[in-house]
Amino acid sequence: MPAVSKGDGMRGLAVFISDIRNCKSKEAEIKRINKELANIRSKFKGDKLLFIFLLGHDIDFGHMEAVNLLSSNKYTEKQIGYLFISVLVNSNSELIRLINNAIKNDLSSRNPTFMCLALHCIANVGSREMAEAFASEIPRILVAGDTMDSVKQSAALCLLRLYKTSPDLVLMGEWTSRVVHLLNDQHMGVVTAAISLITCLSQKNPMSSRPCVFSLQIVSSASTDLQDYTYYFVPAPWLSCKLLRLLQCRLVECLETILNKAQEPPKSKKVQHSNAKNAILFEAISLIIHYDSEPNLLVRACNQLGQFLQHRETNLRYLALESMCTLASSEFSHEAVKTHIETVINALKTERDVSVRQRAADLLYAMCDRSNAKQIVAEMLSYLETADYSIREEMVLKVAILAEKYAVDYSWYVDTILNLIRIAGDYVSEEVWYRVIQIVINRDDVQGYAAKTVFEALQAPACHENMVKVGGYILGEFGNLIAGDPRSSPLVQFNLLHSKFHLCSVPTRALLLSAYIKFINLFPETKVTIQEVLRCDSQIRNSDVELQQRAVEYLKLSSIASTDVLATVLEEMPPFPERESSILAKLKKKKGPGAVSVTELDDSKREAGELNGGGERAAETASTPSPSADLLGIRSSAPMSAAPAAAGSLLVDVFSEVGPAAPAAAAAAVNNDVNPILLFLVTFKLALSLSRFVCKNNGVLFENQLLQIGIKSEYRQNLGRMYLFYGNKTSVQFASFSTTRLCSLTLCPQLNVQSKPVEPLVEGGAQIQQVLNIECLTDFSDAPLLNIKFRYGGALQNLTLKLPVTINKFFQPTEMASQDFFQRWKQLSQPQQEAQKIFKANHGMDTEVIKAKLLGLGSALLDNVDPNPENYVCAGVIQTKGQQVGCLLRLEPNAQAQMYRLTLRCSKESVSKRLCELLSEQF
Amino acid sequence: MQFMLLFSRQGKLRLQKWYVPLSDKEKKKITRELVQTVLARKPKMCSFLEWRDLKVVYKRYASLYFCCAVEVQDNELITLEIIHRYVELLDKYFGSVCELDIIFNFEKAYFILDEFLLGGEAQETSKKNVLKAIEQADLLQEVRHKTLRRLKLYSRIGREM
Repeated sequence: MPAVSKGDGMRGLAVFISDIRNCKSKEAEIKRINKELANIRSKFKGDKLLFIFLLGHDIDFGHMEAVNLLSSNKYTEKQIGYLFISVLVNSNSELIRLINNAIKNDLSSRNPTFMCLALHCIANVGSREMAEAFASEIPRILVAGDTMDSVKQSAALCLLRLYKTSPDLVLMGEWTSRVVHLLNDQHMGVVTAAISLITCLSQKNPMSSRPCVFSLQIVSSASTDLQDYTYYFVPAPWLSCKLLRLLQCRLVECLETILNKAQEPPKSKKVQHSNAKNAILFEAISLIIHYDSEPNLLVRACNQLGQFLQHRETNLRYLALESMCTLASSEFSHEAVKTHIETVINALKTERDVSVRQRAADLLYAMCDRSNAKQIVAEMLSYLETADYSIREEMVLKVAILAEKYAVDYSWYVDTILNLIRIAGDYVSEEVWYRVIQIVINRDDVQGYAAKTVFEALQAPACHENMVKVGGYILGEFGNLIAGDPRSSPLVQFNLLHSKFHLCSVPTRALLLSAYIKFINLFPETKVTIQEVLRCDSQIRNSDVELQQRAVEYLKLSSIASTDVLATVLEEMPPFPERESSILAKLKKKKGPGAVSVTELDDSKREAGELNGGGERAAETASTPSPSADLLGIRSSAPMSAAPAAAGSLLVDVFSEVGPAAPAAAAAAVNNDVNPILLFLVTFKLALSLSRFVCKNNGVLFENQLLQIGIKSEYRQNLGRMYLFYGNKTSVQFASFSTTRLCSLTLCPQLNVQSKPVEPLVEGGAQIQQVLNIECLTDFSDAPLLNIKFRYGGALQNLTLKLPVTINKFFQPTEMASQDFFQRWKQLSQPQQEAQKIFKANHGMDTEVIKAKLLGLGSALLDNVDPNPENYVCAGVIQTKGQQVGCLLRLEPNAQAQMYRLTLRCSKESVSKRLCELLSEQF
Repeated sequence: MQFMLLFSRQGKLRLQKWYVPLSDKEKKKITRELVQTVLARKPKMCSFLEWRDLKVVYKRYASLYFCCAVEVQDNELITLEIIHRYVELLDKYFGSVCELDIIFNFEKAYFILDEFLLGGEAQETSKKNVLKAIEQADLLQEVRHKTLRRLKLYSRIGREM
């Protein structure tokens, strides 16, 4: 138990610290601390508690006692109390009000020592509560005439801290102009403290002091006194101009002096001497770069830094490389920086400190232009082989950017990027390989070379997955350009790609599948081989749904589509819109060392056109006004292509990335149907005719001046038969009459429609008949299309209709009693099983009409089930080949509001939805 | 300046001063991370490193590492000399300062730092003035306690100057 008296208390701490230091283990330390904590609880000792906290142990008591110490009159206690508060009290402590009270007392005590303690505490805690309490008090202390120098210093920096945390609470006022006067103080300490405050204030306030503090100070303070010199409300304009000019001259003079001093022999061998001197030198150089208008100074600065590049102090080499990076961006010093290229390359190779090597790599990137790009890119590539893992990704991005920006011939560009993938494949982000593909697609002069090079690169026994991606994409697009050579014949290309297939991840495999279907279009002779691959179980039954879907759809596409359709759908990719390089956007997102160089890159865009060797490429480096942060700048472009991407749907790499320039219909084609144009024609117009046939099976499907088409259909279980009657309304013969059924890719596996061809001639006034056999395999939402072509008087007539085959046609009515109905209704209680719609009546609400429609729907209309006789309930089973889907329906009319509420509950979610859609258009 | 840390070669934190509001958890995390990073560096490496979006300037004096985090636009060399000036102040006050002085008189180390730097900015760079302020405060103390002088070992920090 520590003694109570003051002196013993102090020794108590010393003994305690010694004890802690003598503890052999962490456990022993904790034990000793717990013992002491118990002591402290019984008799509070702030200093010991503090020591325990600083050791890294949590302290959850004693705060109150520490606050009490603040009000002590004994200096030692007060001091410990303040230290305790500064270190321990979190800025959001609830004790803050009590603390603030104690501080307020000390601030008004007029005892400079106490005042300083209080100010230090405010500066150390610096919370918003403190700013609220003291933001108006401290400026008063700061500018009061009778405040001691030491208090002024503390007050100035204390105010700065509060301003940094809560700038809104520190109000500018009359004191602001008086603060500027502190710069004239005799006491250098006061000036040092004040200049920190003023620099910060002037960055955010137009108050007084831009860099020309001293001169403007005269002007602003004179504004009230010098009425005679105020010229049309402008205080002393002539004087201001002269002062600013003087400042400009003095500035250059002053900077020159600093540069000269750097050449003088050192006055001491101590490192502190050179450090202090060079600190000023670097600050001066940063000012020279900032003004960027004195070529002479910029070049001198560059030469000075050049000397440091070979200095034996690592710190100086580091700083010289760093400063040179910014010098490289100035047009005046860019050339001067370039002269040091060999030294910098050497630094990249030989520096032992990775952070210095990083600076060297940054500088190489910054000094790169068309004249030295090949050398620099080569050096960076070879550095990449041994580069620190932490910086590889950034290095890769930089090499990719330089290669693109300064590419004179694009074969060099392609070589560089492929090398990049070879050397550091893991660090090549998507943006990089996307970009090489964009560029290859946009430049026909490099496509053949690219195909040849990737083909060669893929022959390496182990090649990176990114290489496979690029290879797959490029061969899929441009494999034909090298197919003439028997060594890279279509089959050889395919086998090469397919040999990598099994080692790749799912996204790459998906991309390869797309490459395969493109091969089928490029080289019909590979069709059989590729179809075989697609057909094998590992593809068509792949457990990954994306791969399976691709395999199924591509297989189907390749077997049912005509070569014309295939060629349209699988056409070569259209050029990508020229946009900001996706890599550049990525580098910009990265913080840190790259940031400087990127700014430089932006600045240099004015010369980009020239450096890139043509205005055409300039568009790429210039940033676009739209915030196109998307990778290739394509995902968000056209709604057509955005839809499948968002749905995580098929064909993402080949089709959804086609962008706005691509034929929009092609995207739609793959998304919805085989023939794009047809789809476009029918969608809207025929939606109506489809809806007419939901509740009836017979009627006129289509009629114009030439042709009338009537239908009659019957359905049993999951099978249906549809009779189509084509009537020629004219007196002239229709020639080459033909019909084609079209099922979309999604519909094909759901609905099977078979028909016999019709007779090619339809005489005037005659009618021919066609029978369609329909089999429902599983539930579906789309309708099959029918395309009709014939010649009338030499002109080709072409029209497409939606066939009114809807899911409800396969309804089998189910009779059941009220009790059964509600029991089943309750069983189908999962939220997704129910679909409900409330809608306005489009037709009259005649009971008989509604009943007829519900009967036409195919389900059983049940009487005496719903307690409300106004309501209608139906029950039925939808028969598909694979399964039976039970459906319950309830329609509640509200005659007053002329509204209906329709509720469907089916054992399959998609059926509920589809039926609800279909039916809500009927009433 | 955002914060200053003093830690031993074994990674024991001897002094911490934060000039930005951070939670205790965050402080501990930063400390752990920085101590590890700095201790892993070899003697001949440069004294600056980029860390998160800050610059870290550090220097080793005998068994103690002095480590400051400053903003990117701040001057590295002058920060290095801030560290040195602080060491000089400690050395002058304790008379050949060693790590034990800072352990046993940690509160003094904090007071000296507060006189020298406030809110992360240099308040008083004159050695004489800082020490005068500290001595005045000492005079106000009822008890001077330099009882631990005898415990001094030979690893004097000041020797490195």
